[in-house]
Amino acid sequence: MPRYESLAVGDELPSQSFPVNRADLVRYAGAAGDFNPIHWNERFAVQVGLPNVIAHGMFTMAQAVRVVTDWVGDPGAVVEYGVRFIKPVVVPDDGVGASIEVSGKIAALLDDNKVRVDLTALSAGQKVLGRAIAVVRVP
Amino acid sequence: MPLDQSFVGRTYPPTAPYEVGREKIREFATAVRDLNPAYLDPEAAKALGHPDVIAPPTFPVIIAIPAAYQAVEDPEFGLGKSWVVHGDQRFAYQRPMRAGDRIECVVKVEAIKSIAGSDMITLVSELRTVEGEPVCTAYGLFVVRPETSDSEGVSTAEAKAEAKAGES
Repeated sequence: MPRYESLAVGDELPSQSFPVNRADLVRYAGAAGDFNPIHWNERFAVQVGLPNVIAHGMFTMAQAVRVVTDWVGDPGAVVEYGVRFIKPVVVPDDGVGASIEVSGKIAALLDDNKVRVDLTALSAGQKVLGRAIAVVRVP
Repeated sequence: MPLDQSFVGRTYPPTAPYEVGREKIREFATAVRDLNPAYLDPEAAKALGHPDVIAPPTFPVIIAIPAAYQAVEDPEFGLGKSWVVHGDQRFAYQRPMRAGDRIECVVKVEAIKSIAGSDMITLVSELRTVEGEPVCTAYGLFVVRPETSDSEGVSTAEAKAEAKAGES
């Protein structure tokens, strides 16, 4: 686990790339209880004007925080986490799917051994989350 | 038509308790492909100082979103056939949610704003154990768009789907 005194503003966390395909969205829909058809039904998604099926925003939110929880080790160290959903992650049924590229940077060292990490999440070159911020407590 | 500001401060009754189970946490963690041992292995969780496996940071949405629908679908609110889009989500954790917790959720309408013709509702959900121990506060911003809106792209489309899903 990273130690507070060894960290500095601007330090980068290890970036990660998270693949997402249609099966992931179906599995997430079931696990989270969110069966909105835009996340699994291409006919419906196109009918309402989307380019294709899109990932659940909360699925993307779950992926992005892994850059923080994998870095810190104990996910219970996360004391705050928020995002803004600004663009969808489009998931085509092409045997490949999409990917979400997530990077994180230490934005502030707070009191009580808390660290603010600002996250960037991209899919197909577009920023999909805005104001993605996690606060973690480290030893 | 702008939403009725008098709804700011309205609080809904606590939801029926949701019992957090090890296997539900495992199912959710697997679904987000996050196999951190703290979610899956009670011994690994204990080694980190947790009494049992803990839930991933976004797990509380399973409880918070259905609770939020109390407000979104409140007929007195008058959303009618408007579309509702999930705009922002934030969690503040008092402690990690964990297996064995029995969680109830109290939803409050925190703010109603109108920006560029869209109403925005901020809901604050307090998730606590049935014993009264605070676990997590969830802040959700929901953007309401009139049915007639044909504003660009995804938001409107997603909202339509949300509305449709909400009817089923």
